[in-house]
Amino acid sequence: MSGDSIWIIGASMTKFARYEDQDAVDLASTASLEAMTDAGVSIHDMDVLAAGTLFQASTSMGQRIQKQIGQTGIPAYNVSNACATGATAIRTVYLSIKAGEADMGIAIGVEQMGKMGLLSGATKSERNVFEPSGRYGAAMGVDGFLGTETMPGVFAQAGMQYAYENDGVGFEQFARVAYKNHKHSTLNPLAQYQKEFSMEEVMGAPVQSYPNTLLMCCPTGDGAAAVILVSEEKLRSLPTETQKRAVKISASVLTSDPYVESGQVQPDVNTLTRNAASQAYEMAGVGPEDLDLVELHDCFATAELIHYDNLGLCEPGGAGDFIDSGKPFRDGSMPVNVSGGLISKGHPIGATGVANVFEVTTHLRGEAGDRQIEGAKVGLAHVIGLGSSCGIHILEKAS
Amino acid sequence: MSEQLPIVDYLVLDESPYLEANECNNCSARFFDRRNACASCGGTDFGRNRISNEAVLTSFSIVHRAAPSVPVPFVSAIVKTVDGTSVRSNVVGLEDPMDAELGMNLILTTYSCGTDDDGKECIAFGYKPV
Repeated sequence: MSGDSIWIIGASMTKFARYEDQDAVDLASTASLEAMTDAGVSIHDMDVLAAGTLFQASTSMGQRIQKQIGQTGIPAYNVSNACATGATAIRTVYLSIKAGEADMGIAIGVEQMGKMGLLSGATKSERNVFEPSGRYGAAMGVDGFLGTETMPGVFAQAGMQYAYENDGVGFEQFARVAYKNHKHSTLNPLAQYQKEFSMEEVMGAPVQSYPNTLLMCCPTGDGAAAVILVSEEKLRSLPTETQKRAVKISASVLTSDPYVESGQVQPDVNTLTRNAASQAYEMAGVGPEDLDLVELHDCFATAELIHYDNLGLCEPGGAGDFIDSGKPFRDGSMPVNVSGGLISKGHPIGATGVANVFEVTTHLRGEAGDRQIEGAKVGLAHVIGLGSSCGIHILEKAS
Repeated sequence: MSEQLPIVDYLVLDESPYLEANECNNCSARFFDRRNACASCGGTDFGRNRISNEAVLTSFSIVHRAAPSVPVPFVSAIVKTVDGTSVRSNVVGLEDPMDAELGMNLILTTYSCGTDDDGKECIAFGYKPV
């Protein structure tokens, strides 16, 4: 340990599922208390709290959690940043510690979505009247007439754009991503679904937005995750056992989407991820070849495939060959989404960016049980929220 | 003939319909909505420019599941016009949605997407194979 690094000393997540007997505050409080217990600290050690949720962003989630786990008067930041909400909560605590305002803090991500169905897309008004409104003077809802606004379709188009620009990418390659992640999920008791499917089942499932079939789409669901961050100076004052299990945040990066010509009609999920990745690798002093595992934002199978390239995990343009080679499988050279990914583990939106940091942390500590990637020393967690925002954290095992 | 109105204000229902965009006078970036400043260069001076009707299909998705009010399946498309502007729309005029092919040449077309309770007809645009 040296310098002014920031460390994770506690991490927890609830199983992702659909909870009818608990609300979002219950789930967030459970994850928070477990993370503090994991770290051997209490709410009285916290100098700052950041709570991320998307669908309950205006409900003072942080303060509602405090009323369940301890109202100590510390600053509570409520953050919302689409699917990058959890990563933004972590980064909020990270920056508070970096700024010298806090020695220790807790970042929480939570969402309760239930069986929400498709996100975005058309709504129907009671009276059928065409009246230009909004920034495009739309006379009626345009979803279905001027392309799709639904997430399976938007991300299908992101994948198909990659297929247009590169060889060796098609329906089978996208399907193989989902096959892999469902297979991985069978080892993760915290995953919403733990069922393996054959390639034939993945490809033969009902088509949502070609090439994404139902088994290539993440489910909606409920869940929470929390991590405890400390300054290096504070870490040195903690028990030896805590220091041994600490995981270093070698890079914490958040980017937004820079201008690209096509961005006004199709969200560009590539450039901001590439920018975040290059910044993160430089900050951490590592390259993709140094990573032992990656948890990336596979909201749809088409998304995971293009992020192999965006994160530099494969040769430029080589994402099709990469999945066909078996490298991103858990027994391959670059395991990706060994948790089951969003496709199987689930995607309670606000929780996701914290849950993937939990996953990488757990492997670096050697505590991932049946799904452990043996000897993991460096890992990367990536999320992207449409709008757009990309969060990347690179974590390293304590040496 | 009933009153017609375009589905969006950047569709111009001329004798030969076309799309029109706000164009930055500094860097030529095009926007279908109004911008306070150009997202590309920050310039604040804009003009209007007509977009070519000829395009290439650069990405698509065949949508089978959508909101109940949206008829499926349809081919959602991202096209690139020959003068370099990306447009989101549908590919229309295919016998089978699976006939959509990346890189196929397309041309803008218009069609009626319904009449409202006041008798006004809404005209949408799509792209059909050349």
